[in-house]
Amino acid sequence: MIVRILSEGQYRLDSMYLDRLNEIDNRLVSVVADGSDEEFRTLFEQMLALVREHGQAVPAEELVTSDVVLPDPNSHIDDIKPLFVGEGLVPG
Amino acid sequence: MGVLSRLTALIKAKMSQLLDQAEDPAVTMDYSYERQLELLRDVKRGIVEVVTSRRRLELQAEKLRQNADTLERQARQALASGREDLARLALQRKQTALQQLQGLDGQIADLEAEQNRLQTAEARLAAKVESFRTQKEVIKAQYSAAEAQVRIGEAATGLSEEMAAIGIAIDRAEQKTERMRARASAIDELVEAGTLEEFGAPKGDRLERELQQLTANQNVDAELAALKRQLGPPPDTGRLEDRR
Repeated sequence: MIVRILSEGQYRLDSMYLDRLNEIDNRLVSVVADGSDEEFRTLFEQMLALVREHGQAVPAEELVTSDVVLPDPNSHIDDIKPLFVGEGLVPG
Repeated sequence: MGVLSRLTALIKAKMSQLLDQAEDPAVTMDYSYERQLELLRDVKRGIVEVVTSRRRLELQAEKLRQNADTLERQARQALASGREDLARLALQRKQTALQQLQGLDGQIADLEAEQNRLQTAEARLAAKVESFRTQKEVIKAQYSAAEAQVRIGEAATGLSEEMAAIGIAIDRAEQKTERMRARASAIDELVEAGTLEEFGAPKGDRLERELQQLTANQNVDAELAALKRQLGPPPDTGRLEDRR
């Protein structure tokens, strides 16, 4: 599968890591709801490390769409919160 | 819905905005070549703004460093003249300056990282725009019309995702430079006032005046001593003492 890290680029990652990504993502949701930026960073760093370590960077010339999109590596917890306001940034 | 699925949906929504104009993504991408160039210009402008903000913060950091040095020198002078109260005040201000400085250094590093990311993103988008244009011709030559349409469509969708992503990166950089500008103006006022703890205090407040007075007195003493040496031992030391 193709994973994009916003403002960093795309990686080709074996789908076997999807479960692990989802698991971290679920924990991220509760941290974003009532956690600190520090807790957010710790989890988010794990997620980034997983993609960077096990994924292969997609060459700049290749034109593929991503299956999963990760936030900008420099994100603060406050940058993520708006995604969870009401319907999120995307209705529906 | 998790963070990832929300973000993925956000990108897809932005992509469909880009691709909405026509049924065929490949046609849309042809029409939106202008938009691609526009995005590249936007990201260049974003980089310039980040660099400008960074330079401004660097300049302020330099001023704060100078302020801290001056305050330390003033503290020494004050202490040498037995004015521990003034020395303490000067040192307190030096500490405030140093604290501000620490925050600034972190933000300068942050802006530098932002600049690098935008530059990488710019290069990547430029490569993809170019790649799309060449791939399209190759695909057209190699495949039947129907098959070519599918393949070019896929490439077009890939390019539109890159465009959507860079749009988000530019927005982010803009928000960041705006925050930095606000912060930089606040620090400008502090640096300008020469006093870091009394926000907006007029130039030349009490501490500064007293320190200036102290410096002036010390300079007078030093000059006087120099004059005495030049003139040699005066016949009547009393007069000079009177003038002091």
